[in-house]
Amino acid sequence: MEKFTTHTGIAAALTRSAVDTDQIIPAVYLKRVTKTGFEDALFANWRQDPDFVLNQPAFARASILVAGPDFGTGSSREHAVWALRDYGFQVVLSPKFADIFRGNAGKQGLVTGVISEADVEAIWAQIEAQPGIEMTVDLLERTAVIGELRVSFEIDDYTRWRLLEGLDDIGLTLRNEDKIAQFEARREAWRPRTLPVR
Amino acid sequence: MSTTIPDRPRTLAEKVWDDHLVVKGEDGQPDLIYIDLHLVHEVTSPQAFDGLRAEGRPVRRLDLTIATEDHNTPTLEIDKPIADLTSRTQIETLRRNADEFGVRLHSLGDKEQGIVHVVGPQLGLTMPGITVVCGDSHTSTHGAFGAMAFGIGTSEVEHVLATQTLPLKPFKTMAITVEGELKPGVTAKDIILAIIAKIGANGGQGYVLEFRGSAIRSLSMEGRMTMCNMSIEAGARAGMIAPDETTFAYVKDKPHAPQGQDWDDAVAYWRTLPSDEGAVYDAEVFLDANELEPFVTWGTNPGQGVSLSDVVPDPASFADANERAAAERALAYMDLAAGTPLKDVTVDAVFMGSCTNSRIEDLRAFASVIEGRHKADGVRVMVVPGSARVRLEAEAEGLDKVFTAFGAEWRFAGCSMCLGMNPDQLAPGERCASTSNRNFEGRQGKGGRTHLVSPLVAAATAVLGRLASPSDLPAVEKVEA
Repeated sequence: MEKFTTHTGIAAALTRSAVDTDQIIPAVYLKRVTKTGFEDALFANWRQDPDFVLNQPAFARASILVAGPDFGTGSSREHAVWALRDYGFQVVLSPKFADIFRGNAGKQGLVTGVISEADVEAIWAQIEAQPGIEMTVDLLERTAVIGELRVSFEIDDYTRWRLLEGLDDIGLTLRNEDKIAQFEARREAWRPRTLPVR
Repeated sequence: MSTTIPDRPRTLAEKVWDDHLVVKGEDGQPDLIYIDLHLVHEVTSPQAFDGLRAEGRPVRRLDLTIATEDHNTPTLEIDKPIADLTSRTQIETLRRNADEFGVRLHSLGDKEQGIVHVVGPQLGLTMPGITVVCGDSHTSTHGAFGAMAFGIGTSEVEHVLATQTLPLKPFKTMAITVEGELKPGVTAKDIILAIIAKIGANGGQGYVLEFRGSAIRSLSMEGRMTMCNMSIEAGARAGMIAPDETTFAYVKDKPHAPQGQDWDDAVAYWRTLPSDEGAVYDAEVFLDANELEPFVTWGTNPGQGVSLSDVVPDPASFADANERAAAERALAYMDLAAGTPLKDVTVDAVFMGSCTNSRIEDLRAFASVIEGRHKADGVRVMVVPGSARVRLEAEAEGLDKVFTAFGAEWRFAGCSMCLGMNPDQLAPGERCASTSNRNFEGRQGKGGRTHLVSPLVAAATAVLGRLASPSDLPAVEKVEA
């Protein structure tokens, strides 16, 4: 995973709440066995509407998404994060994220910043006034700056540290390999085993 | 097992968590939690196995891992090659990965194949006091046994394959107490839909829900699985129900259930799991079971539901601006007018299946309503068992004859029209009464409209061709054999 410190790019307003992962990427696009190449699947149903935000030339190359509350609800599909990332998004800002989506995002270098509803409204107004305006997101400072507007966002310390350092979770866990082995040595015999097949 | 058990009353969720602590996180770091059972399917695993291959890592515990094919599998002509090329590729990729890494796999055609959340419990792998994960949000189903069970993303699937652990922050706990006696025709599905409508489609976010109270105690394991299955639809990480005699009786003698001394040890431990007197929850919700009626969703998230006897709500009645906008959008998508009685809404299709309601008890409930009747003209009715074993069981009881005499399609096992990854989809504009778990836009097929209901309501709806409960049906007129 690449280190993330700051990012500057076009901000797009997704003026909807409760954007579930079935909308971010419909199930028919989950059949691929690769981890990349999902850019065409992002918001696939909504993108058939010519007025959809990403179909507007000013936002076609957006890399920061500013959405209403409850972003990423529903299915656990990590493909939702891959589709956002493959399209070019590096940051999503929302007043509230679904838990599984947020966890998935942190593992793929997609920054999910929580901002207040008032800040979302203010950013949307800024974008509406100046379509295509750029935003700068600073993970170290936990701030997003767009035009004259400067807002703070929340992200938990652990995820922020991993994003800043570009650390791989499995590598981190395997530093505790001895503790895992000790735990396994004291697990009770009644716990389920899939093998041998009964 | 843990050396850090706090000296205070604890909830069920805390007990299971504490007993799986490998490393206690400090300074804001997550805990490292051991995973007892890892369920794998074809959709969220290919990239995880790729990751292992790239790093030269093996699967750490093949004996705690099991895979099945469910999301993409056809429910007709399962002996023929899968027509859809990308579906076939995904299934074949799972078979190749299972073979290469040595993972136990139940493939299409195998009698243990089926929806991953139906297969775990029926094999006796799901049991109280364990941790269960799967790359699927409906993993919450297994919490019905008093297990800590939750959905994970593909990176986490890779993490569990490689380490059998997950770094996690403790979840908050929410007690949902349902006291009283359910009226006839009111089921676990109605309880959970009512709960989601009450707390909202994100009311459970960050929480493990613990369902408790006399109405929950009286549910069968199938009913409890339906409740926990839909915990995720309230945004919760997991749902749990304390294990009791009903749980033990269900697990006992299943193929992988503990035996002999192991069984006695297990039950003795399981009896210690229910939340202690005085345990503190982060939130509490109460529901009166006596007042519940059959429930149905009218919108495009599972929290947008009302009693079946009610009308489609007016968006203007929502105080919250976001909820109001969501309701307006939902009514436009669903092509419904505010004030319309739900029972006047006609349907094109009825889907009886999914990890929410496809176990043998669900099929029996559906059959009990339709027996001796014929489906409404023009309504397509699909009955999809949760697993090959459930299908065999239903056929042994003659339920398949009831379904086909009714005019329903009796299919092979899989996720099917719950999410339409296989050919089982709604056409644009089609309206469906579905026993599944999600009514999102396009969930059952692009442009499809979904009303979530119980198996009993699905059955009555299939008879009348409009949303209905069994009490709306005339007495059975025997159909000529």
